[in-house]
Amino acid sequence: MTKLLLQFLRSLRQSFQDLLPIILVISFFQIVVLQQPVPQFGQILVGGVMVLLGLSLFVQGLQLALFPLGEEMAYNFVRKGNLWLLLLFAFTLGFGTTVAEPALIAIAGEASIIAAEGGVIENVEAARESYATGLRLVVALAVGIALLVGVIRILKGWPVQYLIIGGYIGVVIMTAFAPKEIIGIAYDSGGVTTSTVTVPLVAALGIGLAGSIRGRDPLIDGFGLIAFASLTPMIFVMAYGMFF
Amino acid sequence: MEGLLHFGQTALGMIRDVLPIAAILIGFQLFILRRPIHNPMRVGVGLIMVLLGLALFLEGLELALFPLGRLMANQLTAPSFLFGPGADAVAAFEWSDYLWVYLFAGAIGFATTVAEPALIAVSIKANQVSGGTITVNGLRFAVAVGVALGVSLGAFRIVTGTPLHWYIITGYVVVIFQTAIAPRAIIPLAYDSGGVTTSTVTVPLVAALGLGLAETIPGRSALLDGFGLIAFASLFPMITVMAYAQISEWRTRRARAQQR
Repeated sequence: MTKLLLQFLRSLRQSFQDLLPIILVISFFQIVVLQQPVPQFGQILVGGVMVLLGLSLFVQGLQLALFPLGEEMAYNFVRKGNLWLLLLFAFTLGFGTTVAEPALIAIAGEASIIAAEGGVIENVEAARESYATGLRLVVALAVGIALLVGVIRILKGWPVQYLIIGGYIGVVIMTAFAPKEIIGIAYDSGGVTTSTVTVPLVAALGIGLAGSIRGRDPLIDGFGLIAFASLTPMIFVMAYGMFF
Repeated sequence: MEGLLHFGQTALGMIRDVLPIAAILIGFQLFILRRPIHNPMRVGVGLIMVLLGLALFLEGLELALFPLGRLMANQLTAPSFLFGPGADAVAAFEWSDYLWVYLFAGAIGFATTVAEPALIAVSIKANQVSGGTITVNGLRFAVAVGVALGVSLGAFRIVTGTPLHWYIITGYVVVIFQTAIAPRAIIPLAYDSGGVTTSTVTVPLVAALGLGLAETIPGRSALLDGFGLIAFASLFPMITVMAYAQISEWRTRRARAQQR
């Protein structure tokens, strides 16, 4: 029990160090540059303590649950030796975690308003809603396919750069043809798909896979899934903007 | 009391977000792999810690950091701060009038990236997998420098009104060039670090800054110019992480040469 408590205190101290730069930057600009008092100091203090506790709990829980779970499942899939099931899992994980992502729901709603104002779709509730839902499904599909391709890449041992650079060339070409209003949203949707819970799971899955297949190096082959997951939505969203 | 209720709502929202993930994991583990979960108590406790931790973290950010950060972004881009009291609209301006804005963009980009939970997770894994040659803090520092450069260059772009795609395409060319010469082992990690930086802490603050700029400068549209900052923040970490690996490789080589 004391050991656990000690560990938690250590992780609290670590989290405090992680948050220190924010505190310094905010106070420097507030006091030296803007020369204004900090409003609602009590509320900020309470919030700060919550952030500190939350970050420590999250990092501890990560090591206890998300990392071992992701790696164990990767190992089990390799032992079972069924490629199709593994691919199904990769796709479901990508699709399922993205379609419910709150940041994506927010962006899709905004995008539908932009499209309606730009005259791309009719400016009525039903049309906007179906546009937003379509966008969400497209992004989720993109992330599912990204994980699928990423897993195949780990199994085959392809170097990551050819696929990624090829993808970016695709993004550049699409940018030239896509409607102007969708480009900003497309670029942003790449970033928002990879949430705080998904990232550790996907990283552990990749590393677990690379670690349980002979001849694969976890560092070279295990990473790269997140890069795929933030690349494909850009292409898919621009395509969505071009065809709808 | 009201705060407690609000926290309850955040926690409920968190559970709703994580439910599909948990369902997929448990479904595959039990029905397709047909294996019991190893050490279910530990995994259960860990999952609750992750959930509770994230809920506390987000709620705390909403209380402490976001309102203040948004307020500061507005104050720094307000005409009365930039051009002295009394100025209520931006008329003629030079890019150099916005020096504090670039500095704030860089500093807040750096600081929020250091605190980004997803980046901490990836750094811990990279450290374990590399056998300690990639340090947790070294990687985070490299990524944070990248975000700082990216966000302040992005702010500069909004102020000057130059087209977004020239910056992004130039950045990609640098990435391709570095990929050819950087140590092979760092490349996948460098690409990944572009995706993890733009997450819970960084995005809301950076977006507020971009919108503040785009709204006060004449001729900029919040829709077309406000969005691009995130793209900058995920491009530059790739460059700095590869540079970090190149520099540390060069230093080990030099140290070895000196020993001889």
